[in-house]
Amino acid sequence: MSDKLPTNGGYVAAAYLIFLGLLLVYFAVMATRAARLERELSEVNRLVEEAAEGTAADPAAPDAEPVNAGGES
Amino acid sequence: MPTSRKLYGTHLRALSILTAVVLTGGFALAAFYAPIEPDQGFSQKIFYLHVPLAIVALCGFIFGAVCGIQYLRTSDPRHDLRSYTAIHQSLIFCAGALVTGSIWAKAAWGTWWVWDEPTLVSFLIVFLLYATYQPLRFSIEDPEKQSRYASVFAIVAGAFVPLNFLAVRLANPLIHPRVLNTAGGNLPGDMKVAFYTCLVGMALLFVTLWKYEMSAKHNRAQLRALKRKLGGPDAAALRGRSAAPRVSAS
Repeated sequence: MSDKLPTNGGYVAAAYLIFLGLLLVYFAVMATRAARLERELSEVNRLVEEAAEGTAADPAAPDAEPVNAGGES
Repeated sequence: MPTSRKLYGTHLRALSILTAVVLTGGFALAAFYAPIEPDQGFSQKIFYLHVPLAIVALCGFIFGAVCGIQYLRTSDPRHDLRSYTAIHQSLIFCAGALVTGSIWAKAAWGTWWVWDEPTLVSFLIVFLLYATYQPLRFSIEDPEKQSRYASVFAIVAGAFVPLNFLAVRLANPLIHPRVLNTAGGNLPGDMKVAFYTCLVGMALLFVTLWKYEMSAKHNRAQLRALKRKLGGPDAAALRGRSAAPRVSAS
């Protein structure tokens, strides 16, 4: 097997690398959004805990449970 | 708590694995199984990436139009979100097809672009047409009007896609080949296997990414609704004007 790439191999590699790059950028954007979602989830958890503390202080109020942050969609 | 909402994340892991396997398999077939084309040589391998990208992008635009029709019929915001996500993703696939096509043109014809070629120019027109979709949405403040006008745009532009395809087919090609036709095309059998595997893989990639987007958007909407119920700040109200549809938590 030759060590050299076949003719125009550079163009073929460039095309497939650009596709891979596009995919990676897309995944990076998705990861950023997932991180933002996680931040919002922890904020909701904090609100739920605050509500639960309020419920403990006031027994007449309905119960509230924290949101499961480890759940999978 | 039971919920009746559609879960876009269902079977996402299996779908992701299937996509990775089929797409990698397709590219492996293209690299090692499909023969080297005698005229163009090794650069023809870009065909297995460029053509599936272009076909899936155009199909995505048509899917966006179908969802637009559904939205106008039902006024269900979920259809608008489906249309928005499909068009948004197709535009990225379209950009990929243009870039890879340009690289292939340079390798095969010695030039990055040929302005006289109907296939190339018409594809660029479709890309530029859909590039106005996001600015159009952003320019309309009222969410209901935004969804309605965007759906009308998606339908009209979606109808343009097959018409444009037909017009290009009827035109005389200069240098861009017509590989696929109703007679079965002129691809040798080995190339056909690799090409259709890549096409299926690319279609699966589109569906997987679309489902990821839909799942993320729905989860965020659910979370914001929950936050509002708990008395937290309304993030949707704080973010101001947006091109993305407002998603209901239900």
